[in-house]
Amino acid sequence: MNLPLYPYEIISSSLNLLLGLAIGVGFGFVLESGGLGDARKLVGQFLLKDMAVFKVMFTAIITAMLGLFFLSWGGWINLQLLQVSDSYLAPQLVGGLILGAGFAIAGYCPGTTVVGMASGKIDALYCFVGLFIGSWLFSVSFTWIASFYRSTHLSESHLPDVLSIQTSTLVFLLILVAVAGFALSEKLESRHE
Amino acid sequence: MNIRKAYINPYLAGVLLGLVLLSSFVIAGRGIGASGATSQALAHAYESLGLSNTYLQQQKSDGSIWQTWIIVEVIGMFLGGWLSAKLGGRYKKEVVCGENCSNKQRRILFALAGGILMGFAARLARGCTSGQALTGGALLSAGSWLFMIAVFAGAYLTILVVKREWS
Repeated sequence: MNLPLYPYEIISSSLNLLLGLAIGVGFGFVLESGGLGDARKLVGQFLLKDMAVFKVMFTAIITAMLGLFFLSWGGWINLQLLQVSDSYLAPQLVGGLILGAGFAIAGYCPGTTVVGMASGKIDALYCFVGLFIGSWLFSVSFTWIASFYRSTHLSESHLPDVLSIQTSTLVFLLILVAVAGFALSEKLESRHE
Repeated sequence: MNIRKAYINPYLAGVLLGLVLLSSFVIAGRGIGASGATSQALAHAYESLGLSNTYLQQQKSDGSIWQTWIIVEVIGMFLGGWLSAKLGGRYKKEVVCGENCSNKQRRILFALAGGILMGFAARLARGCTSGQALTGGALLSAGSWLFMIAVFAGAYLTILVVKREWS
């Protein structure tokens, strides 16, 4: 089998867009169903009362990672054709810290803002407007930020290569970390019941 | 009819979200995203207004805004979130606030301010919790994992200051 479909031109760009819409519907549906469209539940993660954010994120990462691992092991997917952004350590570290601060202040991250807004949350609507303002501020100040934005580029960003370990070993270790994290999450939540 | 249904189990939501992400890789050859839609919308708006901006020009997708994958996907997210909220009897026009929240304007100001910070940060980091943490996380990208750890660190530090907003 030749996967991914669109890069191998097995599907047209219009079909790819239509399926992109469906992927978005699935994404939004699952986030809302899991409660991640509600700022109270999202902030529960940082108040250590409700660990849904961690549980959903890590289960999703492990699921997709294992799926890709087995599809690639079976020779069905060409991982080289998957788009992955290059790693720029300093801007990604600073960007992550600021985004985390914004997450705690707003009670949403960008994706959950869209879902919160879709489920009627007025605060999410304001947060959504804020995302555009922030994105615009970055664009107009790009001249001053550009050198930092392009700094600390990693020529090799695949984590197994960076750490010089086998992909399968890393996958196994991440599953262990996730399971330990889930156990800790259950323990933290039980304190609040 | 309008009975509010409980949220699904987070591990089940995680597996389903992982399958959505995996389908995106398998079909489109890319992961899911969210914040990228803001710069695409701005880039297309700038072009149609005849304005120029180095960053936006370099980001802008080929074709029209409606042929831009991330824009179409985020519209889908909105529809999916709306559908799920409606079907679950959870759709409610409200300002989400802490238990003893009396000042709704203050809450809205916080949501706006947090949004501005995240909009800026997501451009700096080349993605947000969706495009970097989930997508890059599953692809084992070093920068994405660093980003994800930084997001949690930033949020846990900041919550110490804004905790009472949610009490």
